[in-house]
Amino acid sequence: MGERIVAAMSGGVDSSVAAAILREAGHDVVGVTMRLLPAADVGDVRAVAEKLGFPHEVMDLRDEFRRAVVEPFLAAYAAGRTPLPCAACNHALKFGALLRRAGELGATAVATGHYARVEPGEGGRWRLRRARDASRDQSYFLYGITPERLSHIRFPLGEMTKDDVRAKARALGLANAEKPDSQEICFIPGGDTAGYLREKLGEKPGAIVDTAGRKVGEHSGVHFYTIGQRRGLNLQGTEPRHVVAVNAATNTVIVGSEDDLLSSGCEVEGVNWIAAPRTGSVGVKIRSRHGPVPATVTPGVEGRVTVRFAEPQRSVTPGQAAVFYAGDDLLGGGTIASAVR
Amino acid sequence: MGSPPRIYLDCAATTPPAPGVVEAVRDALADSWANASSAHADGSRARRIVEESRVRVAALIGGRPDEIVFTSGATESNNTVLKGFGKPNAQFRRPLELRPPSGGVVVSAVEHPCVAESVAWLERRGWKVSRMGVDETGLVDPGDVRKALRPKPALVSVMLANHEVGTIQPVALIAKLAKAAGALVHTDATQAVGRIPVDVEALGVDYLSLSGHKFGGPKGVGALWVRRGAPLVPLNHGGGQEGGRRSGTYNVPGIAGLGVAAAYAAREMAAAGERVRGLRDRLDRGIRSGVQGLRVNGHPELRLPGHLHVSFDLVEGEALMMRLDLAGIAVSTGPACSAGAYESSPVLAAMGFGEARARGSVRITVGAHNTAAEIDRVVGVLPAIVADLRRAPPAWLRS
Repeated sequence: MGERIVAAMSGGVDSSVAAAILREAGHDVVGVTMRLLPAADVGDVRAVAEKLGFPHEVMDLRDEFRRAVVEPFLAAYAAGRTPLPCAACNHALKFGALLRRAGELGATAVATGHYARVEPGEGGRWRLRRARDASRDQSYFLYGITPERLSHIRFPLGEMTKDDVRAKARALGLANAEKPDSQEICFIPGGDTAGYLREKLGEKPGAIVDTAGRKVGEHSGVHFYTIGQRRGLNLQGTEPRHVVAVNAATNTVIVGSEDDLLSSGCEVEGVNWIAAPRTGSVGVKIRSRHGPVPATVTPGVEGRVTVRFAEPQRSVTPGQAAVFYAGDDLLGGGTIASAVR
Repeated sequence: MGSPPRIYLDCAATTPPAPGVVEAVRDALADSWANASSAHADGSRARRIVEESRVRVAALIGGRPDEIVFTSGATESNNTVLKGFGKPNAQFRRPLELRPPSGGVVVSAVEHPCVAESVAWLERRGWKVSRMGVDETGLVDPGDVRKALRPKPALVSVMLANHEVGTIQPVALIAKLAKAAGALVHTDATQAVGRIPVDVEALGVDYLSLSGHKFGGPKGVGALWVRRGAPLVPLNHGGGQEGGRRSGTYNVPGIAGLGVAAAYAAREMAAAGERVRGLRDRLDRGIRSGVQGLRVNGHPELRLPGHLHVSFDLVEGEALMMRLDLAGIAVSTGPACSAGAYESSPVLAAMGFGEARARGSVRITVGAHNTAAEIDRVVGVLPAIVADLRRAPPAWLRS
């Protein structure tokens, strides 16, 4: 048999097909399902592994998930940011705790159903690249993988389209072939983020002000607002107004016109470089459905990077990631700390 | 290329069927499928199976047949007692009534979740709940019992043997103190029945819960023993089966299997217990001789014969469990219902274990089906796996 590879299996069609491809290629696959939530049931994942003919284990990561993903998610909202929990989960759990466990199980790699590509590069460095199918690309959520680990990660779906994957799942007779994509945050029941935040953080009423500092309304807590938001503001007047900033320190939500949403750049922190750190022209993606757009990057101290867009960008949102690309290559990325007007 | 047969060492989670059980379930399902409450001859035939099992289960625990209430298992038995003990309008107000009683409920800090969660539910409804702590071996301190009995509680419920570490509690002593104080007494004997002698008279309790699949019976069937005269309000209302104590059509195949398992356990327990203890001790000696830096948890003597709960220094218990599984050996890191890490083991936390000792533990539970050859195979592979897990991770993981 080939090398032992741990396949992260969620029970969805993508991770199931990824595991099946490795199995067909002759690898010694061990399916592992991460148990992340208190009430998680892994029954149908076991059935997939059994059908595909490889062993399956369940890894209890409830403590780690709460500490590394859920608590920082809530802390970010409380601080007026809009967090990106899937990126935190990838870095800390799938390519953190699970990769360590893979090592303990005698495996040389972890495989997931992400749409992205890992390829050998020059000088022993490995490249993380966008998926062949750009509309499915998930590399934005993978910027936090440390470069030493890349050669121990497999993305078997990187060259495939979603239709390819579903066709493969049908050919394999997998019950989850037609299972719809999960778009929501996995730990928020029914996708009701506002309800979840209300339950966890409560309400903390404060003022909605315009860009000149005049009070124009009231909000029930800064954590219910995100940059660019128009709905749910309940403001008087006819001109369209958007959330342009959230200030947790003063417990205010700042609204303005569409032009007020534009930023010329942003400050990025906690930057992880997958390629060699660089200065100058790159493509930058500031949210999952965006760009990349042309920009220049200037590394600072302690993992900080200043980004300057070639054209002003709308809705630069602290807490989301800024990820740097050169063509299909993901160079690095970090968390947006602040927008630069 | 055939892989060697799997070795099952997780008998605290469940046991393989005892001899005759599969046949009894199949025969009841095929031939005695009538409703055991029906008046006709077909119903009577099914009913005879139920009553025969009732006698056998009662005999296993030294009770009377009319004191046995068949349930769907220990979870139901425990919920029934904790939510239904006491008489309506008696001095003990029932949990399902709106106002809590003057006396609360006393449990140990190491109960199974079906007891712990039931009393947490009572607590949220205003009941006073006291949880008696345990020492490092998992044993309830009798001094704590005396303290917990003032003021007088309505019910004291302490498990007979612990599901994780196997420690056997001094239930007879606790019951004596509790009865003297005027409380009702329940014991969750799920892990003990069929493995060690259990006698309701010697224990002196009012209620006892048991589960069939922990001693070779089928899943989904168990019993609650209710001392004659002990008050009980049912959870299930309906057709009035089981003397009105538990309504619902009789699970004849399950009860048939439970009866056969109970009869087998009553006959074989003494010999099987010795054999299981011998295998467990062989495993204990073998692992100790091959591995440094381990601690066997639970009480050294007052422990179920098949339980071996071990903490390995510098090892993640879950990783060891997976490596053994991939090598064809089934053990667990904790209760199968939570398959738990540290956070989900309040038992180990109550015993004062730090996170490292709790996370480094596996529960190996031997049963009567195991053989010396199987134990020797485990002793042969386990030290190498532990040594491998203790090696420093490769450089790419340290970054």
